[in-house]
Amino acid sequence: MNNNPPSITLAHGNGGKLTHELISKVFLDAFDSPELRMKADSAVLPPLGPQDRLVFTTDSHVVTPLFFPGGDIGKLSVAGTLNDLAVMGARPLYLSVGFIIEEGFLVSDLKRVVSSMALAAKEGGVRIVTGDTKVVEKGAADGLFINTSGIGVLLEGSPNLRTKAPALEDTDAVILSGSLGDHGIAVYSKRKGIDFKTDLQSDCAQIFPLVQAALAVCPEIRIMRDPTRGGLATTLNEFVAGQAMGIELFENKIPLKKEVKGACELLGFDPLYLANEGKLVLVVPKAYANAVCEALQKCAIGREATVVGLVTKEVPGKVILRTSLGSRRILDMLTGEMLPRIC
Amino acid sequence: MKYIDEFRDHKVARALSLRIKEAANSAHPPREYHLMEFCGGHTYALFRYGLTDLLPANIKMVHGPGCPVCVLPIGRLDGAIELAKRPEVIFVTYGDVMRVPASDRQSLLKARAEGADIRMVYSCADALTIAQENPSKEVVFFAIGFETTTPATAVILQEAHRLALKNFSIYCNHVITPPAISSLLESPEVQNLGALRLDGFIGPAHVSAVIGSKPFEAFSNHYKRPVVISGFEPLDLLQAILMLVNQLNENRACVENQYTRVVTREGNIRAQQSVADAFELKPTFLWRGLGKLPYSGLKIQEKYSAFDAEIRFGLNVHEVPDPKACECASIVKGLKKPHECKLFGKVCTPDNPIGACMVSSEGACGAYYRFGPMSERRV
Repeated sequence: MNNNPPSITLAHGNGGKLTHELISKVFLDAFDSPELRMKADSAVLPPLGPQDRLVFTTDSHVVTPLFFPGGDIGKLSVAGTLNDLAVMGARPLYLSVGFIIEEGFLVSDLKRVVSSMALAAKEGGVRIVTGDTKVVEKGAADGLFINTSGIGVLLEGSPNLRTKAPALEDTDAVILSGSLGDHGIAVYSKRKGIDFKTDLQSDCAQIFPLVQAALAVCPEIRIMRDPTRGGLATTLNEFVAGQAMGIELFENKIPLKKEVKGACELLGFDPLYLANEGKLVLVVPKAYANAVCEALQKCAIGREATVVGLVTKEVPGKVILRTSLGSRRILDMLTGEMLPRIC
Repeated sequence: MKYIDEFRDHKVARALSLRIKEAANSAHPPREYHLMEFCGGHTYALFRYGLTDLLPANIKMVHGPGCPVCVLPIGRLDGAIELAKRPEVIFVTYGDVMRVPASDRQSLLKARAEGADIRMVYSCADALTIAQENPSKEVVFFAIGFETTTPATAVILQEAHRLALKNFSIYCNHVITPPAISSLLESPEVQNLGALRLDGFIGPAHVSAVIGSKPFEAFSNHYKRPVVISGFEPLDLLQAILMLVNQLNENRACVENQYTRVVTREGNIRAQQSVADAFELKPTFLWRGLGKLPYSGLKIQEKYSAFDAEIRFGLNVHEVPDPKACECASIVKGLKKPHECKLFGKVCTPDNPIGACMVSSEGACGAYYRFGPMSERRV
């Protein structure tokens, strides 16, 4: 008799009986939507308004470990794609999900992931309308990879509705919605060989409420982004690359949790380069800075929102950091892999 | 955060910066102060906190050779890659040596991508655990670094011996600080040519925690150069620079300890004993940039030779010259600034390093590229 917990086999991916069972018992149960229930090869979607502008994005998610404090790959794969739509100033509507599962992956773990995806989709008010599953041989994947694609429509006031992309202007304010590096350190703390004890949780969250709040008070948002891989430093460099303006960032204005600060000291990381999964950074005209901060602070995940930098014509195309000591230095994009130092 | 925030206080930094300016402008006739921070950790801190931006123009910081990956010659790195590529080997290493370019544009990172089993650890003790968990594999630890990391390697060597591990060995590349400083001060560039001016030294922090401040007394006496041992925080460094300027203004040349919260004159005796038990000095060791220095590198004591990877695998380490256009050698010695190298920021970047100095954030080029001071960055 086999006492091992049920796990995914290659037969679950061969399109036969087990595949159908997996789809109906695991995926349909959790994601239940009229489009999925059709069990067709593609989802047929209802028409949109004649003025609606569609936004479409895709993101693949690989994370080690799959379950981390404050989230898991499921929650991340939904929030990540919804956030990519949100920062365009779009209301998310539909998601597709694609799973690549390594042979031997526990069915119970898959169910956990799928149910947190369903929960996240519900929270975001989106329907999962189509999906795909593949199983690969043991060793060909690291447990589970998830791809999600998302469709949304631009909201009124989105910077992307304007005919000309808005340019940054001297003295514009750079606003950050909260503390940096929570996701990067929470995930890193659970890696094999690191495993330090911390109560820190990943900030993995949907930032659409933040975007909505900002759009409601500021009709002239220049640009919005979620500073994920590469961190805030990389995002700000993307803002100014090739522009006539630069950004001065104030180190002492940046919210940091003490656990993140401590871990960075210990591991030799810079929080400005760590990944975030539930933060919004945006540039607005100075006159709107206070109103936007106050609007963000009313959201649960934006309480620490604050102005962290200013656009300046002094350093075109560059980001400079005003350190907490008052000195200034270049803040570059992340280069290479962040590698821990020897001593 | 305790022991961190106090040493990054901007008001104190401002005050120190003003006092440094006053002291550096008080000499008659006016003079320059060429100060070398030996240790890569100090180079990193100088740039990370933009400290050079707080110093007057007549204080010139010269970046020294104290970055472990920068001084490791290509031949020894080729040896590491050769070991790592053996099918029976799990090669265990610290992180920032992974990207250092070896011969034929190879690196440990590339070797790993090609299938070598290379694992990155924070603590060398993890290498022992990996050996115990993988009895059918040969686990080799890539031991590298100055006196800071040597005691930890000594402890795992003793532990491997105690546990009688049969599948564990160490590829030893540890070097010691004092001969590197002597070689700079004895070099023709300093002695005769005047190409390199070194008025004083910021002494290493963690190295001194192990060896104590005493070994530096010989330098200050013999070469008449002041040494101030400094911590890694911005206020530590600013205070150490002020202490050096004051010594030079007063024509003094002695060892002073700014980092009293960690460093004593005698150092960590237990760590020194472990190192003495585990290692002996090699007659010579080849450094990148500094050449062959007598009694500057360590090898595993004969009684632990069963754990010496070079013996176990019959490794022949060859001497390999540095790439021709690469100025790493001059940069390691402080003769040239990173942007004086033709490759800097153009061909040689942290994503595509040609020389070792670009790899680690402690290397002068890496620090310049990432954090370039506003006035000196060209790219």
